[in-house]
Amino acid sequence: MRRVLSVIVTNEHGVLSRISGLFAGRGYNIDSLTVAPIPETDFSRLTIVTSGNENVLEQIVKQLHKLIPTYKVIESGEFVEKEMALVKIPLNEDFNGLDAMLKAYNGVIANSGTNFIVVMVADNANRIDDFLKAIKKYNPTDMVRSGSVAMDV
Amino acid sequence: MDLNGSQMVVEALRKENVSVVFGYPGGAIMNVYDEVYKQDYFEHILTRHEQAAIHAADGYARASGDVGVAFVTSGPGFTNAVTGLATAYIDSIPMVVISGQVPISMIGTDAFQEIDAVGISRPCVKHNYLVKHVKDLPRILKEAFYIARSGRPGPVHIDLPKDVTAQVGKFEYPDTISIRTYKPTYKGNARQIKKAIDAIEKSKRPVLYIGGGAVNANAAAEVREFAEITGVPAVETLMARGVMGDDNPLLLGMLGMHGSYCANMSMSEADLMIAFGARFDDRVTGKLSEFGKHAKIIHVDIDPSSIGKIVKIDYPIVGDLKNIVSEMIPLAKEKINPTQYESWRKLLKRYDEIHPLGYKDTPTVIKPQWVIQRIGELLGEKAIITTDVGQHQMWAAQFYPFDRPRQFITSGGLGTMGFGFPAAIGVKKAIQDKISINITGDGSILMNIQELMTAYESKVPVINIILNNGYLGMVRQWQTFFYDKRYSSTDLSGAQPDFVKLAESFGGRGFRVETKAAFDEALDEAVKSNSVCMIDVNVDRLEDVLPMVPAGGSLYNMILEHKD
Ligand SMILES: Cc1ncc(C[n+]2csc(CCOP(=O)(O)OP(=O)(O)O)c2C)c(N)n1
Repeated sequence: MRRVLSVIVTNEHGVLSRISGLFAGRGYNIDSLTVAPIPETDFSRLTIVTSGNENVLEQIVKQLHKLIPTYKVIESGEFVEKEMALVKIPLNEDFNGLDAMLKAYNGVIANSGTNFIVVMVADNANRIDDFLKAIKKYNPTDMVRSGSVAMDV
Repeated sequence: MDLNGSQMVVEALRKENVSVVFGYPGGAIMNVYDEVYKQDYFEHILTRHEQAAIHAADGYARASGDVGVAFVTSGPGFTNAVTGLATAYIDSIPMVVISGQVPISMIGTDAFQEIDAVGISRPCVKHNYLVKHVKDLPRILKEAFYIARSGRPGPVHIDLPKDVTAQVGKFEYPDTISIRTYKPTYKGNARQIKKAIDAIEKSKRPVLYIGGGAVNANAAAEVREFAEITGVPAVETLMARGVMGDDNPLLLGMLGMHGSYCANMSMSEADLMIAFGARFDDRVTGKLSEFGKHAKIIHVDIDPSSIGKIVKIDYPIVGDLKNIVSEMIPLAKEKINPTQYESWRKLLKRYDEIHPLGYKDTPTVIKPQWVIQRIGELLGEKAIITTDVGQHQMWAAQFYPFDRPRQFITSGGLGTMGFGFPAAIGVKKAIQDKISINITGDGSILMNIQELMTAYESKVPVINIILNNGYLGMVRQWQTFFYDKRYSSTDLSGAQPDFVKLAESFGGRGFRVETKAAFDEALDEAVKSNSVCMIDVNVDRLEDVLPMVPAGGSLYNMILEHKD
């Protein structure tokens, strides 16, 4: 079972390795992990996408709570969840239909150079999968995908 | 008040009422040692190995219930300490360990005696710190003690760079502390407690399953009272030995791999398990699918992650055991009639009569179990017993008459050979008016034998009793049962030191014992000698620890005797 966790931790030295070490040491999966400070606080928010059965997930949440710097683990409820992808496409491609595709996936052209453009999309994980498949027809030279960020609503 | 980092360490220890520190100096921690030299608030005991310093602090903590403290230097000093930290962590022992570190500017350069200490200690401590600036040090010291002793106790590690030990800053030591991300739960949920009592009332075959948490929470009096007013029979884990008191008629003994038949049968036939600060270790449960098959489970624990980790719990109660049992007692008085389990207790008594814990004594060789019983007869409550790991540890747990918690001190979770002797040094420092006895094996004692020097120099009289079977006995036992007697690397008989001379060469006293009478004499003299002693007892070489649940077997399927 795939599960999204939002973990609020004090923004201090070594906290990320505590969390990743917890997952590594106990053999829990990390599908993706993103982390950034929460503005105007001394907390950081981690968004962890993990998977496992009910018991494993319960333990993950409890073990995360057990870490001293953990303030809160938000595990259930509704999340708005987004991933991002950046794709570099050579300028000599035929861009017919690209606009429509970007529109469909909340995408924009993020940058352009003398011989490439970079497009950016932000959407939920499945849709990013689809997008990355579809964009192949423009023969991208590079694709970068982020982990999830999530907000409980 | 402006102090440098080293002075802050000393001041903090004074404020925490630390009376003894165990440790070993070196380059990165020398500034701290210089302040140790200048002060007379606490005693410093120089061990001869960092592992022993940590075990000694651990033994001190287990015997006293206070936080144990140790200092080690960076690099090899710290890596030597790791086994000690892991041992304390898995048994939830409160401890603060301060290691030196290379100066901040050199961290990450592979400097002399540099190692990523916080990286190494992270999985084997409750929490750790790398001190980056002296201004943080007073708070970190205070937090370390607070975290070590609160909630589920555990070791806390502070890695202290050399330049920080010299930096000067303001020393404001907080009186109280509040960490907003760390709020252990002490009070149990009243509704859950009520439900648990109802479940006990409805049960016909309940068993109290008492773990080390009952010792950590200082809840023995409450647990005993609860057992008495409800009439519920009790089993103890290795870590809980002494909680009920061995003359308590409700105690069925230790459970698990080398538990009593009666204790294990009680778990297998129970319809309700009342787990008090126990964590369902695999050495206790045996085969999980068969464990408590007919039982609902109440689990009281301070650590929420402990609840439901191994088995499904019907009535989880998070909080401090002492508080919770205190709340359970008046409710139980109202609802539960202790006569209601009479037939259950009778049945269990039958099990105990059919297969009591015992051994076949002989006049020709000394049985290791006899030695333990004899120590019990001669010293009883006057002694605090530590052990190493192996057969002798299990026999000590089975045959010593423990009458209170903190009287039996052993490495339960990690099973660390080499623990017993240094731990006994810590025990003696904690409880001076008791006799500190380490029951050990001829294998284990060699793992921290250098501590004879510590005990001699620091005048800490510890009596080591070696149950010498010329084998790594517990491994030999498994080889006998499960490996067709292929005694691979377990026969020590051809290569043993002369333990008597060895003790003497360190300034201690040595005794070799080959008869029962000689044992009594040696123990008597050792106690009177008030010096560090080794009593090397020649015991039956091939005695096995029985009964035994083979690893992964079910509790009701015990090997009761071994036929050749
Ligand atoms: C540090 C460490 N290494 C290895 C082991 C595995 N081990 C468990 S019991 C045992 C044998 C102990 O022999 P001894 O100390 O002579 O005690 P006995 O079993 O003979 O009483 C060993 C090697 C361990 N527990 N700890």
